[in-house]
Amino acid sequence: MQFFIEVLIGGLLSGVMYALVALGFVLIYKASGVFNFAQGAMVFFAALSFVGFQEVLPARFGMEAGSAAVFWLSFLLAFATMVVLGIATERIVLRPLVNQPPITLFMATIGLTYVVEGLAQMTWGANVRGLELGIMDEPIAWLMDDYGIGVSKFDLFAAGVAASLVALLALLFQYTKVGRALRAVADDHQAALSIGIPLQTIWRVVWAVAGFVALVAGMIWGARNGVQFALTFTALKALPVLILGGFTSVPGAIVGGLIIGASEKLAEVYVGPLVGGGIEGWFPYMLALAFLLVRPEGLFGERHIDRV
Amino acid sequence: MKLKRTVLLGAALAGLLASSVAGAAEEQFIGLPSYRVGPYASGGSGVFGGWIDYMQLINERDGGINGVRLTWEECETEYNNARGVECYERLKKKGSTGNTVFQPVSTGITYSVLDKAAQDKIPVVTIGYGRTDAADGRVFPWVFPLITTYWSQASAIVNFIGTKEGGMDKLKGRKIGLLYHDSAYGKESHAVLDRLAAKHGFELSKIAVAHPGNEQQSQWLQLRQLKPDYVILWGWGVMNPTALKAAAKVGYPREKMIGVWWSGAEEDTIPAGPAAKGFIAAGFNVAGANYPVVADIKKFVYGKGKGNMEDKARIGSVYYNRGVVHGLITVEAIRKAQEKFGKGKALTGEQVRWGFENLNLDDARLKALGATGFLPSLKISCADHEGPGVVKFQQWDGSQWKVISDWVESDRPLVRGMIEESAAAYAKEKGIKPRDCSKEG
Repeated sequence: MQFFIEVLIGGLLSGVMYALVALGFVLIYKASGVFNFAQGAMVFFAALSFVGFQEVLPARFGMEAGSAAVFWLSFLLAFATMVVLGIATERIVLRPLVNQPPITLFMATIGLTYVVEGLAQMTWGANVRGLELGIMDEPIAWLMDDYGIGVSKFDLFAAGVAASLVALLALLFQYTKVGRALRAVADDHQAALSIGIPLQTIWRVVWAVAGFVALVAGMIWGARNGVQFALTFTALKALPVLILGGFTSVPGAIVGGLIIGASEKLAEVYVGPLVGGGIEGWFPYMLALAFLLVRPEGLFGERHIDRV
Repeated sequence: MKLKRTVLLGAALAGLLASSVAGAAEEQFIGLPSYRVGPYASGGSGVFGGWIDYMQLINERDGGINGVRLTWEECETEYNNARGVECYERLKKKGSTGNTVFQPVSTGITYSVLDKAAQDKIPVVTIGYGRTDAADGRVFPWVFPLITTYWSQASAIVNFIGTKEGGMDKLKGRKIGLLYHDSAYGKESHAVLDRLAAKHGFELSKIAVAHPGNEQQSQWLQLRQLKPDYVILWGWGVMNPTALKAAAKVGYPREKMIGVWWSGAEEDTIPAGPAAKGFIAAGFNVAGANYPVVADIKKFVYGKGKGNMEDKARIGSVYYNRGVVHGLITVEAIRKAQEKFGKGKALTGEQVRWGFENLNLDDARLKALGATGFLPSLKISCADHEGPGVVKFQQWDGSQWKVISDWVESDRPLVRGMIEESAAAYAKEKGIKPRDCSKEG
């Protein structure tokens, strides 16, 4: 039982990490109806920019390496980079495609993926970098000593960050003017434009916020596994989360993440050995597929009804 | 008169042309299917940087191989099979004698070009990857998995563990976990490790990690339950630092984790931070810039501003040195082939194939090359396209790799037996008649 609980807790905490990436998808989908294929590449670009600035600031400007000033300045510069990327995406990719079918916008984001991946490596190089956030990825001592259950401090920290982000985004969407405008744009571009909502500004805002989420997700994943190209693969973990939670729901991303995280870990431990192991990669997709048959809009997604 | 002048002018022009051709140095072309962008760019930039630097060294310091200057062209594959094949086709007719040798640095691309290369008479050299049974040169005359293979490596790791335990007989009853990348590459060791487990009486637990391997919590919880004495890490890319961090999380000692050569580079340990300290990995080349061959590269190549590495701090890293090994072996094979087919001449792929098959880098030659201990001595033959099948072990001390063993051998009779068995099955399936090596010159 103790082992089961440990696997379950570990899975739930991993699920929160997936949800962090899924949030970026949800934001852009909510505001523009676009499934942003480039979200994984944005996570990579954001994290690489952060560690890149951390290297550049001490080397070029004589700042003290590893200092809080370098950390926060790098964070701000990386965020600014993501804002510029968001504005450029709106100006160059999205604006010419207003009112085009969603599949066109989706295809455009596939192209954007390659551009962002290439841009990241061209700007900062291909070297793998380590990233320390000052939180050790080690079990909490008293839980381990008293109950024999290993729960990572780092995973708890990541869960806290994700919870804060969700609360912040929920407030943004529900209680601010920008949030209401975002939802209006998501419902219908033309209708939103007709009542004076500045579509371009809204898109820029939402891409900038998605860039911020990508930066936070990239830093957490980067601190865990290193800042490297594989950060783009985190998007693969987010897809089943989105299918389960719904593409338009911020809390859905979290709930979906928890379900996917827990179920894939339990499946790997208890079902994996029966089928040769390594099922973690495809099990969430099987689960998402089964879920699609029952509830295509996801747990918290908006039900779409077409009148014929 | 006019005719006479035209004839004289023509003769003079022809003479000028002939003398310029005679005066031009011969060039040997080497096509490089590199990957400097994409998922594996960090490793690729090191390997191809070291490789190009070595060839540049031969040109700058020695004026080429017996006067034949090396030329090369990179073709970006992004580690993608389709692009690799495209690069193979694009490069094969370049240079005055075509591409000398194709070294894909990718098992997938190797499989894709094996048949084509044999038809085009271009040797395929696969150092540290590719199909293991290609070490049987009787069945695979055009393929050279030089130095060592995955099977030899797996066996050498078991021998290393045996040494640490105080003898192979001490392995009986021990538990060894194999944490492997769930792919053909990761499963490559299964057969040989199963046989070794049966032979030495240790218990082998295989635990798969789904690609890309950035989540390993469940695998390490299983390992914690199994309590293995050692864990062999057969990883790739992000799977390696993730494994080291996950091991630290469950309190598994890194000193008991032994990685393969695709798990044992700076790119695998630096992202894991302090969690990587103590981790051991096998390698057919070692890290370090204190070898004369690397010192010469710094002096003759970087000293003239012709180095390939943007980040000079990576000179001497595991991947960089691996690239130097690729360059060194390629150059020595060409040199050997020139002894037979003519010094100072550009050679065809077919001629260079002979050079690989008769390569003999003994200790004296390695010393002359400034590479003693940098790579093992190796002697290739018609039947044996592998060579010594040995690896060294290095340990990460928190900031760099330190060599902790001499060259460790594999269970040669067992491994060679399996290679011949597998190659014979392949030959039967494909209707290949193995060469009679006693008739090869």
